Amino acid sequence: MLTLIILVLAISFILYAILGGADFGAGIVELFAGSKGEKTISKSIAPVWEANHVWLILAIVILFTGFPKIYSTISTTLHIPLMIVLIGIVLRGTSFTFRHYDDPHVGAHKYYSVFFKVSSFVTPFFLGVILGAMILGRISPGAPENFYAGFIAPWFNAFCFMMGLFTTSLFGYIASVFLIGEAQYHVEQQRYGKLAKIFLLATMVIGFLVFVVAEWQGHHLFAEFIASVPSVIAMSMVLLVCPLIFYLFTHPIIIYLRVAVATQVTLIMLGWFSIQFPIVLYSDTGHHLTFYNTQAP
Amino acid sequence: MEDLMAARLQMAVSLGFHIIFACIGMTMPILMAFSEWKWLRTNKQVYLDIAKAWAKGVAIFFAVGAVSGTVLSFELGLLFPGFMEHAGAIIGMPFSWEGTAFFVEAIALGVFLYGWNKLNKWVHWTSGIVVGISGVMSGIFVVSANAWMNSPAGFTWENGKASNIDPVAAMFNDAWFSQALHMTLAAFVATAFAVAGVHAFLLLKNRNIQFHQAAVKMALSFGAVAALLQPVSGDYAAKDIAERQPAKLAAMEALYKTSKPADLVIGGIPNNKEERVDYAIHLPGFLGFLAHGDFDAEVIGLDQFPEDERPPVLIPHIAFQVMVGLGMILALAGLLFFAFRIWGKHVFQKKWWLTFIAILTPMGFIAVEAGWVVTEVGRQPWIIYGVMKTKDAVSTMPGLQYSFYTILFLYVMLSVILVWIMRRQIAGITTHYPSAVNPD
Repeated sequence: MLTLIILVLAISFILYAILGGADFGAGIVELFAGSKGEKTISKSIAPVWEANHVWLILAIVILFTGFPKIYSTISTTLHIPLMIVLIGIVLRGTSFTFRHYDDPHVGAHKYYSVFFKVSSFVTPFFLGVILGAMILGRISPGAPENFYAGFIAPWFNAFCFMMGLFTTSLFGYIASVFLIGEAQYHVEQQRYGKLAKIFLLATMVIGFLVFVVAEWQGHHLFAEFIASVPSVIAMSMVLLVCPLIFYLFTHPIIIYLRVAVATQVTLIMLGWFSIQFPIVLYSDTGHHLTFYNTQAP
Repeated sequence: MEDLMAARLQMAVSLGFHIIFACIGMTMPILMAFSEWKWLRTNKQVYLDIAKAWAKGVAIFFAVGAVSGTVLSFELGLLFPGFMEHAGAIIGMPFSWEGTAFFVEAIALGVFLYGWNKLNKWVHWTSGIVVGISGVMSGIFVVSANAWMNSPAGFTWENGKASNIDPVAAMFNDAWFSQALHMTLAAFVATAFAVAGVHAFLLLKNRNIQFHQAAVKMALSFGAVAALLQPVSGDYAAKDIAERQPAKLAAMEALYKTSKPADLVIGGIPNNKEERVDYAIHLPGFLGFLAHGDFDAEVIGLDQFPEDERPPVLIPHIAFQVMVGLGMILALAGLLFFAFRIWGKHVFQKKWWLTFIAILTPMGFIAVEAGWVVTEVGRQPWIIYGVMKTKDAVSTMPGLQYSFYTILFLYVMLSVILVWIMRRQIAGITTHYPSAVNPD
C-alpha cells in the first residue's frame, strides 16, 4: 500500500512538471519572446490550465493524508515561498482568464499580460526554491532559534535560487516544445524551435550550476548523484536523447518531439527521486523526514 | 494582531471569497445546460444565446474558483499545520474525491466551452451536465470534510494522537448530510437569484427584451424551488445541531441559560456581561419546538459549558439572524413566483416585481456568507469539535498578519476587477446575441 501511495505521488509530481510545466512555461515563453505568440498561447492553454492544477492538488492531498508530518513541516517552515507560489497561482490564473475573455480593446489588456507573464515566471521559480529547500537541509523541524533561521534561511540562499532558475528554465523548454506543435505558421514554429534550443542549453548549464552551488553551500549533491546508479543512468539517457531532439527541431514530427521531451522530464524527476529516496525533506538536525518515519497511523 | 486571529481572518477571507465561486460553479453549469436543453427541444435562438452568455460567465468564475480553491488546499496547512498533521490522514478521502470531481469538472468544462461547433449537440449538452454534476459533487465532498470538524468521527483520540482511522466513517460523519444538503440548496438559491436579479435589472432598463425575460424565468424557476426547500433543510440542520453541538445552537440563539421552556430570541444585541439579549423579540417556547419539536422541551444554554469552551455569541447570533431573515425573504419571493405563474403572469412585467427581484441579487450570497460565519464561529474555540482547539493548531510562524493583509488586498483587488469585467461582459450581450436586442 505504501509503495502504491509513493508511486501515485511520484506520478502526480511528474505529471505536474510536464503538464503544469507546459502551461506555466507558456507564460515564460511569452515573457522572453514578446507578445507575438499571445494568440497561440491563449488558444492552446485556455482549455486545459485549470485541469492541470489537479496534479498539484493531488500531490498535496497525498502528502497530508499519507505523510502529515512532512506536509505540516513544509507548510510551517516554507510558509513565505509557499505564499508567494499561491499568490502567483491566483494572479496567473485570473490574469490569463481576464485577458482571454475581457474585451481586447480595453486598456487593461496590457496589464493582464504583464501580470500573466511575470507570475508565470515567479510561480515556478518559487516552486523550485521550495524543492531546493527540501533538498538543501537547512530546515529545522523543531522550534527555531530565531525568525531568520527558522523561516528565511532554509530557502533564501544561492542553491534554492539556482533550483528556482532551473525549474523556470525547464518549464520554458517544455512549453517551447509544446508550442512548436500548436503554432499556426511555419515562421512561428521556427521561433519556438529556436527558443526551445536556447532553453534546453540554459537548462543544462543551470543544471550543472545547481551541482556547483550545492558544493559551495556544503551539500554534496554530486557525490550523492554518483552514488545512485539509477540516477546516473537516468541523466545519461536525458543527454542521449538530446541529439534526437535537436534533429526533431529541424524536422519536426510533433508527437515524437513531445514524447521525447516528456521522457526527458520524467527521467530528470526520476533521477532526482532516486538520489534522495526515501528522504523527502532533509533537516539540519540529521533526522531527515522520510516516507517511512512520517507515515500516517 | 495576534497570530491566531490573523490566521482565522485569513481563512475566513479566503473561504468567503472562494465560496462565491464555488456556489456559482455548482449552479451555473446546470442553468446553462438547462438553457441548452430548451434550445435543443424548441430550437429557439434565445435559449442558445442565453446558454452561450451564461457559459462565458461560468468560464470566468470557474477560473477564479479553481485558483482560490487551490489556495485553500494549501492554506489549511499554512495556517493550521497542527490541524492538518492530525486531521489530514482522517479526512484525506473527501479531499481526494473533491480533487477528482474538480478534475472531471475542469475537463468537461473545457469540452463544453470549446466544443460548441465541433461536437454532436447532445454530446455537447451532456458535457455541460457533467460539469454541473461534478461541481455539485465537489461541493458536497468539501462540505463533508468541514462537517467532520463539527462532528468528528472515524478515529480514536489518545495521548494527543489519532489512531484506528476509518476514513469512510470520517467522511460520512453525523453532520455531513445535513450540512451538504443545506449548502447545495444554498448554492442554488444564491446563484439562481443573483442571475435572475441581474437580468431583472437589465429588463428594468429595457422591458421588451426576450433574452432577459427568458433568463429571469429560467433562473427564478430553479431559485424558487431551492428557496422553498431551504427552510425545511434548515429546520433539519437546526435539530441536528441541537443534538450534536448544543453550544453552537446556544450561541446562534444567544441562549445564555438552559431553559425549559426556551424562548426563541429574534434579533437583538447579545449582552455578554448581563447574559441577556437587548432589544430582542421573545417567542416563548418556540426554541424548544424548533430544536426538539416540543414547546416544553429543555434547551441547553451556554451555562452548561466551561467558560473556555464557549463560542462567541455576538457574531454567530447576528449572522444567524441575517441568514434566516434573508432565507425567509427569498422563500417568499419563490412562493410569489409560483403564485404569479398560476394567477397573474402579467406581474412579471411590472416594474415593482422586477425591482424586487433586482434588489434580491446579492441577498442569497450574503446569506451563504452569514451561514458560514455561523457554522465556523459557532464551532470555536474548537477546530475539531471537542478534540482540538484552534489555538493549538495554528502555525508557529510569527507575523501571520502580513500573510492575512496580502491575501485580503489580493482578493479585494480581484473582486473589484471582476465586477468591472462582468459589467463589460453584460454590456457586450447586446452586440453578441441577436435575441438580446430590443425588437422595437
